[in-house]
Amino acid sequence: MFRYLLRRAALTLPTFVALMFVTFVAIRLVPGDPVEVRTGERGISPERLAQFRHELGLDQPIWKQFLDYVWGILHGDFGTSLVTNEKVLTEFATLFPATIELSLAAMIFAVAIGVPAGTIAAVKRGSPFDHTVMGASVIGFSMPIFWWGLLLIMLVSERWGLTPVSGRIDLIKFYLEPTTGFLLIDSLMSDQEGAFVSALHHLVLPTIVLGTIPLAVIARITRSSMLEVLNEDYVRTARAKGLSPMRVIGLHALRNALIPVITSIGLQIGTLLAGAVLTETIFSWPGVGKWLIEGIGRRDYPALQGGIMLISSIVIIVNLSVDVLYGAINPRLRHGR
Amino acid sequence: MNLLEIENLSVDFETRSGLFRAVDRVSLTVAPREIVSIVGESGSGKSVAMLAVMGLLPKTARITADRLTFGGENLLGITPAARRKLIGKDIAMIFQEPMSSLNPCFTVGFQIGEALQTHLGLGRAARHTRSIELLEQVGIPEPETRLRAFPHQLSGGMSQRVMIAMAIACSPKLLIADEPSTALDVTIQAQILDLLVRLRDEKDMGLVLITHDMGVVAETAERVVVQYAGQQVELAETVDLFRDPHHPYTAALLAALPERATEKRLPSIPGVVPGQWDRPVGCLFSPRCGFAVDRCRREAPKPCGPDLGRALCHFPLVGGEPRRDLEPAGAAR
Repeated sequence: MFRYLLRRAALTLPTFVALMFVTFVAIRLVPGDPVEVRTGERGISPERLAQFRHELGLDQPIWKQFLDYVWGILHGDFGTSLVTNEKVLTEFATLFPATIELSLAAMIFAVAIGVPAGTIAAVKRGSPFDHTVMGASVIGFSMPIFWWGLLLIMLVSERWGLTPVSGRIDLIKFYLEPTTGFLLIDSLMSDQEGAFVSALHHLVLPTIVLGTIPLAVIARITRSSMLEVLNEDYVRTARAKGLSPMRVIGLHALRNALIPVITSIGLQIGTLLAGAVLTETIFSWPGVGKWLIEGIGRRDYPALQGGIMLISSIVIIVNLSVDVLYGAINPRLRHGR
Repeated sequence: MNLLEIENLSVDFETRSGLFRAVDRVSLTVAPREIVSIVGESGSGKSVAMLAVMGLLPKTARITADRLTFGGENLLGITPAARRKLIGKDIAMIFQEPMSSLNPCFTVGFQIGEALQTHLGLGRAARHTRSIELLEQVGIPEPETRLRAFPHQLSGGMSQRVMIAMAIACSPKLLIADEPSTALDVTIQAQILDLLVRLRDEKDMGLVLITHDMGVVAETAERVVVQYAGQQVELAETVDLFRDPHHPYTAALLAALPERATEKRLPSIPGVVPGQWDRPVGCLFSPRCGFAVDRCRREAPKPCGPDLGRALCHFPLVGGEPRRDLEPAGAAR
């Protein structure tokens, strides 16, 4: 098991190298550099321009810039934001809890609805419920996030006035000193009445928007996996024991059917974070997604390089841990390798 | 009183192309402590008939019978809840593939304990003690350790022993074993069969043994049902069946036993079992029967009387020769 882990970890190294290269190049392919963007249309004297560029290290040969960047990362230094002058790692660490909170909420939403829906659809295969779930999942999967988000804001927030339009909490009423960075936890720990409800209230719509695609995928995978498992001999054995259908399906079948679902959840962490970028932008959710989008606008090279690097590392690590998690749910793997 | 009574049990499956009859008017009784064997080729409906008794067939199955009772209780109109109280407790079943019949995600102890909890309501400690007892009864060494094992850590023979332990957990009155030894090594096969017969003796339970192995029948069963293409073609005491088979199919099966072979080449039955589409008009066995005459191909036979093993044949064999003179008893049953 340990050797297996080690091998899997080693396999991620080339990914990291490619990542560093791609982020570095891609950002520089966008026309305009940080200085140009900051000076705007009014122009700047060539001397000042040269001076700024020198200060930011942009006058160095490109390979030198790349090596410096790689050297920095190898030493755990992700650079300093050109805009805020803060360490990229610090900024990221401050904003990331908001993104995790949103992503986790979206995943919980997707699993909590997707798994039961997929299971029932499989058990009642061919029923109207099954067709509805499968139809809805095609639509959900195909829904562009920004369109879906705007549509929901228009209907739920604007027309029906049910949820706030943007943000994480009602900023006029509440101020929370970030302790964990997770507003739901911070607000629960604070003594400000209604803060938790307000945070929860703000979370609803972004969660639905971000959770829609994972929900669609999970419902589908659960259904097909369940259909397969329901034909297995051990399900017949469970029924032959005289167990209730609830126990046969909910325990004996579902436990086995969940194995591919967990894989897909792990694989969707990447999709989820990509979706978070859009969702955060639509809902002005102060997480790393919104921060990255703003970084692009400002050509904040270090922030972008570092931010993308950090997010990608997290995706890679999560995928790795999903493999490990398998062992917990699938005993065959635990002893096998 | 008989434990299990089946009269004219038929099972039809709804398929896209209409009804498919998998089991065609099968009748059989099992008395307490009796071992009854159902023999037939793959697809002869032997498993399906017993799955119908257990209520484990998919919803597309249509089950009809003149009589289908267990311990006097009618199994035909039984509610799912009432059936769940019965199966796993009074009737238990073990299956052909022990390796895939155990749930890979749960330990042996959990899977055995589940039956004990569901039907007997035993607490944790009692379940543990009883599970160890059961594993000992089925001859598993180091039962304490085995309880914590997952199915993939067991061999096929061990898995089948665990399945048997699970099945006898609540001391059933009837155990249905669906080809319990087919997937196992020959040496293990014998051990499993011995175990089943021994448990029958110890636990006073009836045993239905589904098999396609005439050798197994000879060694264990007291009575035999021979099935062909879903139909019951013969029903007789094992001794009688082996001494003087009345249906040509039974005779052909027995002739194919290596022990009985007289020539260098083992005799075989030409052709294959008819499927849904190529069912002959008359006797289903007629295309493969060495004794078939015109009438066999034209007209479906009726079962003979009990003295002729209820053979489903126009011209049942007596002493290996067809009795052309004999009119089947027809409604004799």
